[in-house]
Amino acid sequence: MQQSRDELLRAYRTMRLVREFDERLHVEFKTGEIPGFVHLYAGEEAVAAGICAHLEAKDHIASTHRGHGHCIAKGCAPEAMMAEIYGRAAGLCGGKGGSMHIADLSKGMMGANGIVGAGTALVCGAALTAKTLGTGGVAVAFTGDGGSNQGTVFEAMNLASVWRLPAIFVFENNGYGEASAAEWALAGGDIARRAPAFDMPGHQVDGTDYFAVWEAMRQAVARARGGEGPSLIECRMKRYYGHFEGDTQAYRAKDEVETLRKTADPLDRFRARVTAAGLIQGAELDGIDTEARAEIDRAVAYAKAAPLPVPEALHTHVYAND
Amino acid sequence: MPQKSFRAAINEALKLEMRRDPRVVVMGEDVAGGRGGSANNEEAWGGPFGMTKGLIKEFGGARVLDTPISEAAFVGAAAGAAMTGLRPVAEVMFVDFTGVCFDQIMNQIAKIRYMFGGKATLPLVIRMLYGAGFRAGAQHSQCLYPIFTHLPGLKVAVPSNPHDAKGLLISAIRDDDPVLFFEHKAILGMKNEVPDEAYAIPLGKARLAREGKDATIVAIGRMVHMAERAAAALAKEGIECEIVDPRTTSPLDVDAILTSVRKTGRLVAVDEAYPRCNMATDIVALAAGECWRALKAAPCMVSPPHVPVPFAASLEDLYIPDAARVADAVRRTMAS
Repeated sequence: MQQSRDELLRAYRTMRLVREFDERLHVEFKTGEIPGFVHLYAGEEAVAAGICAHLEAKDHIASTHRGHGHCIAKGCAPEAMMAEIYGRAAGLCGGKGGSMHIADLSKGMMGANGIVGAGTALVCGAALTAKTLGTGGVAVAFTGDGGSNQGTVFEAMNLASVWRLPAIFVFENNGYGEASAAEWALAGGDIARRAPAFDMPGHQVDGTDYFAVWEAMRQAVARARGGEGPSLIECRMKRYYGHFEGDTQAYRAKDEVETLRKTADPLDRFRARVTAAGLIQGAELDGIDTEARAEIDRAVAYAKAAPLPVPEALHTHVYAND
Repeated sequence: MPQKSFRAAINEALKLEMRRDPRVVVMGEDVAGGRGGSANNEEAWGGPFGMTKGLIKEFGGARVLDTPISEAAFVGAAAGAAMTGLRPVAEVMFVDFTGVCFDQIMNQIAKIRYMFGGKATLPLVIRMLYGAGFRAGAQHSQCLYPIFTHLPGLKVAVPSNPHDAKGLLISAIRDDDPVLFFEHKAILGMKNEVPDEAYAIPLGKARLAREGKDATIVAIGRMVHMAERAAAALAKEGIECEIVDPRTTSPLDVDAILTSVRKTGRLVAVDEAYPRCNMATDIVALAAGECWRALKAAPCMVSPPHVPVPFAASLEDLYIPDAARVADAVRRTMAS
């Protein structure tokens, strides 16, 4: 293992915060207090944590409609994220973005995105900036098995390769694009095999295995920072919840999620590995669990108490001078 | 003062701004043109219409970026680059091609600043050729600026002459908002007085192209020239037209339009875009709502018929609004 104890603790903390954040949203959404709709990331935490473990402040990510995990892993404040999801003035975007458009450029987070696959093109731009200004930064596009079939994504991968950009395309193949199984919608059966066509390495890893994700990303980041160009990483796992909250999930077998929670929980896998190796004691991880729960409690309380945007906010931020 | 073509004015604006600000980069299909070809001539084209000629020689390949034919990718990349510190000028050869990158313009570029609560700035320009008269058929001849004018978050410039093109493009590049910049392919060779130095014409400030007391003609882009020809003909009949060239459709200089309409009491709006929901309908609606009592006659709209742009020269000439049609419209307003 190449990671320090501190790095491992940080990774576990990120995963637990992400899990608590979305498990709590699952509960709170039912109260009707959260406007619109939310897409939960539970079951995919090892991807956000394993990818973002390699990123620094100068690096950028673009996220998806299922973006809470990426935000937290890139350093966005859970309180301000929660306030955004509640549509409050104290939200990261002043309540004007919501779950699907959370962004914090000060953290290199270029936004969740309501359009599947769109972030891959934006990331080419962030990578171009890094290359042009010589910042040494890399840019990572998260998208999914659904996004893997979007034309923009193919264009972006080709452009990144032609321009030799420090870009990394992370595909979270979570089994379903909305209600349709990836097995049905994805010609050829996997995404990683598409990488060689664009002259870039294609990694395929178990998305519930933090260490596998981390290692693939280590290689991709080294390649990007070394000026050798883009990489693709396909992370395979299945989401615990539906496409959106309220999805009846009639397209999934009744016991699928129950089995996943028992056998494919990225946090359980991580815990088993680090405790078996004697790197971290279970009690220490329990402590992180308690802290994470408390942090999310505070975030929800903060969001619920936060004021709504003032009516004047309707008209601001359309253009730079208003 | 030196006479320069529209093409030269655009080229000069790009060069001046690239010299002034190292964050300005140019990207698009064949903006250098010729990379990887057997002639080993990196700048075989300098843009398909020669608009970006000489840029790669002066600024190098890191700032003059040829792209694959992938508008969605490079327009999106321009947006991502703008969000992170560059000031890209992307060239989408023909506005018709925005069909394949419309999501990046409509859902990303136009909305990112608002959705992010003002925490993102997108200083980028998308340059595009537009308009009929080139015998290029239905997919290379559209106007389409009304579509982008419709979208909050975008600015839209439609210069009618070389002098304005240079000043507006310089403003667009310096502006912190995304600007869609329309260049009419039928006037690329047109010349007028263009100073050598850099100058900025503010976005949202109309030009009074001709003063007159009897009727106001508001015309967009190339249509300003049709209006000028019509006005010259009408002057011989004793009708003095005032011509307002809005220069930008977003922001639109509503005050300049209404001031002129209040003065003359008559309005003809001329737009080469398809007639439903175009700038002519918008301007007539504005005038009707804001200065109804000042109107002495029903406003007139001059636009093409609601059909795609035809290929055959005989049909395309029928399609494009011309000076005779503009003059007829003015006579109609004068008659009532």
